[in-house]
Amino acid sequence: MTRRIAVTSCALSRRSFLVSAGGVGIGVAFGALPGKSLAAAMAAGAGSLKPNAWVVIGGNGIVTIMSAPAEMGQGTMTALPVVIADEMDADWHKVRVVQSPADPSKYGNPFPLMGGQMRTLASLAVAGYYDQLRLVGAQTRKVLIACAASEWGVPAAELSTEPGMVVHKQSNRKISYGALAAKAKLPDPLPQATKDDLKPSSAFRLIGKDVPRVDLPLKVNGSAKYGIDVQLPHMLYGAILYPPVEHEKPEKIDDTAAKAVKGIVKIVPIPNGVGIIGETVEATRKAKAALKVTWSATAEARKYNTAKMVEDYGGVAKDMNQKAVVMMSQGDAPAAIAGAAKMVTAEFYSEHVAHTQLEPLNATALVKGDTIEIWASNQSPSASIIFATMVGGVPPEKVVVHSTLIGGAFGRTSDDADHIAHAIMLAKAVPGRPVKLIWTREDDMRNDIFRPFSAQQVSVGLDASGDIVGWRQRIVAPSHFGRLGPPVLEHFGGKDIVTAGWGEFHYAVPAHLVEWIRAERGFDIGPWRATASGYTKFAIEVTIDELAAMKGVDPVQYRLGLLKNQPRATAVIETVAKMADWAKKRPGRALGIAYSDLYDSFLAEIAEVSLDEKTGQIKVHHIWAAVDPGLAVQPRNVAYQLEGAITMGLSAALYEQINVVNGEVQEQNFDKYRVIRMADMPMIEVKVISTDNHPSGVGEIGVGPVAPAIANAVAQLTGGKRLRHLPLSPARVQAAMKA
Amino acid sequence: MTAFSINGRSVDVAADTDTPLLWVIREHLKLTGTKFGCGIAQCGACTVHLDGQPIRSCVTPLDSVAGKQVTTIEGLSQNSSHPLQRAWVAEQVPQCGYCQSGQIMEAAAFLEHNPHPSRAQIVAAMDGHICRCGTYNHIVRAIERAARTHEKQAAVTHDSASPGSARGRAQP
Repeated sequence: MTRRIAVTSCALSRRSFLVSAGGVGIGVAFGALPGKSLAAAMAAGAGSLKPNAWVVIGGNGIVTIMSAPAEMGQGTMTALPVVIADEMDADWHKVRVVQSPADPSKYGNPFPLMGGQMRTLASLAVAGYYDQLRLVGAQTRKVLIACAASEWGVPAAELSTEPGMVVHKQSNRKISYGALAAKAKLPDPLPQATKDDLKPSSAFRLIGKDVPRVDLPLKVNGSAKYGIDVQLPHMLYGAILYPPVEHEKPEKIDDTAAKAVKGIVKIVPIPNGVGIIGETVEATRKAKAALKVTWSATAEARKYNTAKMVEDYGGVAKDMNQKAVVMMSQGDAPAAIAGAAKMVTAEFYSEHVAHTQLEPLNATALVKGDTIEIWASNQSPSASIIFATMVGGVPPEKVVVHSTLIGGAFGRTSDDADHIAHAIMLAKAVPGRPVKLIWTREDDMRNDIFRPFSAQQVSVGLDASGDIVGWRQRIVAPSHFGRLGPPVLEHFGGKDIVTAGWGEFHYAVPAHLVEWIRAERGFDIGPWRATASGYTKFAIEVTIDELAAMKGVDPVQYRLGLLKNQPRATAVIETVAKMADWAKKRPGRALGIAYSDLYDSFLAEIAEVSLDEKTGQIKVHHIWAAVDPGLAVQPRNVAYQLEGAITMGLSAALYEQINVVNGEVQEQNFDKYRVIRMADMPMIEVKVISTDNHPSGVGEIGVGPVAPAIANAVAQLTGGKRLRHLPLSPARVQAAMKA
Repeated sequence: MTAFSINGRSVDVAADTDTPLLWVIREHLKLTGTKFGCGIAQCGACTVHLDGQPIRSCVTPLDSVAGKQVTTIEGLSQNSSHPLQRAWVAEQVPQCGYCQSGQIMEAAAFLEHNPHPSRAQIVAAMDGHICRCGTYNHIVRAIERAARTHEKQAAVTHDSASPGSARGRAQP
């Protein structure tokens, strides 16, 4: 078995189909939040009403609403229940939210890309569930009205609702949802809801209004339960010594000293490491340090050196004979560029960055007879079941999964669940006792699937007046989907949007070609917040800025000129320019702008920057952002998500870089891997422009525009010196200034 | 056996004396609000108070706390009533929340010694903590709010931003 067991979207669909087709209510008892919540909530016994899979109304008036996506900080555990609560006219004070069971047949994300799976990725939670959950809420309301109509013997059409109540105006009667639930039976047939039953947006009481997040009270007193917090009777602890280079295997194991450590239960070799099971965390760590292992030295990754990648990938980007996948094409860009009065071309690079979600990966597994139970922080509950069946060799109906709150994810566990697989491998060695595998930070970083190293070439043809006639962007990167398995890449039409996506844009150019040259170097990579847009938007927005400068047009005006038919784009650019007071001169400082239309959201960011020309150190003082995410279900949360993504984008833009030498990851903890801290923070202001459009993704979009906005501001300070290599380290700034 | 006090309770722990306090707190005493993040005192997620001072429990050996008083996030207040906990909810600070116990414990010790801090002092005190979700600016705001609360204690009980006003909540 390789280092990671990747779950493919296709395999996931098939396997999950098997899961649901088998008719087994996979015994999922999600303990996302402390206590007995789910069992109590799901037991819609006498005196409560369960109109659908999402809502239980208790006789005491408490309305329990399921939240399907993993809560990893993005706030959907509030935003989505709000959608149901609003449509059903629930009294929000009486709403309790619980994590839904991992049953994709009931709780799968309806967004087409998701294939009905329960996976939380690609900023698709609110975008994917919004329409469905409005209908769920409307159906719940219809059921309550039907119950009241039957109770009072009046036509349903005479009834209306207000928060928590069904109202009969003619007779001046009201009955609370709780009172109805206590005595009513579900109507037969059960009313269904259609679009006609939905509220007009003017009648929303909760959607579009800021509601305090339901998970936050638990997150300020230590009671929120993450995967690492699982405590079980007779639980053992696991640690794994991994090879210095990925995909190597243990060849010779001397565990004499490790076994002698007090509290060690078992040493368990796994295909790509040596596991230790012990009575305490500290025992497993001491034993791990005492293990002597000779590793194989055959992995392709041993040849991987990031220091050589500019030359390697840069050469590929410039070699027009390389076979490329067309990511998108409009018109004949190569011909337009060849026939242009002038051609502008430049190469761009980005280094690896690490997820470093603050909760190091961990998982707890219990193998008992022919059943497997798992507790883990994971973006994809569906995947947990599949990993158990694959590694544990048991059918899906023998798998019980408990999901938890997640201490950050950022894409690390959207498709990969190596931690779960390895925990099961350890648990199989001690049947009947749960094993909690806790990775050290070093394990976590060494085994990370970093954002790929990338090289890009952008070529633009200009006519005599400096207007664009053709745009060509070539992206050199390995494949994430391809690593998961060839069928996955095929499923996405051979196009890897994770490593080579987001070259599309709304800028009006007569001819546009985006190509991906897949270049595998034996080193595993994966999705990182905002995926490829973290570097493809960088290349686009720096180039756009350079073209504006060449034409002598203001960068804001230049963008507006290319977005004339895009009112939403125009609005965010004009808004952010106003927020930043774009035209104002600031001695020693400059502004730079960048625009993004990722995930159907419209976003523009402006950075205010100064530069220490001696050291090459960039200081970012202020970032403004204006976003149109369609209808903002929770506007404040949208702003905070933007702010978080901007902060992470800033960290990646200025500091983050993983170096790999002969396959060995050089930065394995926060002493060597710099991430942004409080003292590095600029002021950040976000304006959310909620519109009548369908809600679109907001959790990731903030990342992409940060780096180009900074680079474009630096160009203003340096007489047009362009930075084209991420991160924008002092050394690279100095080199650019000498160029 | 190492004897010390945690959240006002006397405990005797049978772990090896070089065991990091973090694992004693989390896995021996089952107080999981204190988090593991890096193991080398670089991220601050494991911050607790030792005799009122903030320490990184991941690099603090058990024997160094013998006879002393340890306070964790669970012992900071009854019912999340510490001004910082209230301010954290009022400012809606946490996202994933994993770092926030450590952040709050650091801030609590800091405010104890410096009840009227400047923004620069707050940043200097909190710079040892990593929040990967990017809540830093909200943390500053929450600390400033708690400091103000401290100043006008009487007025704050009816502050609209107190946690009691939060509508809806996750199932306890």
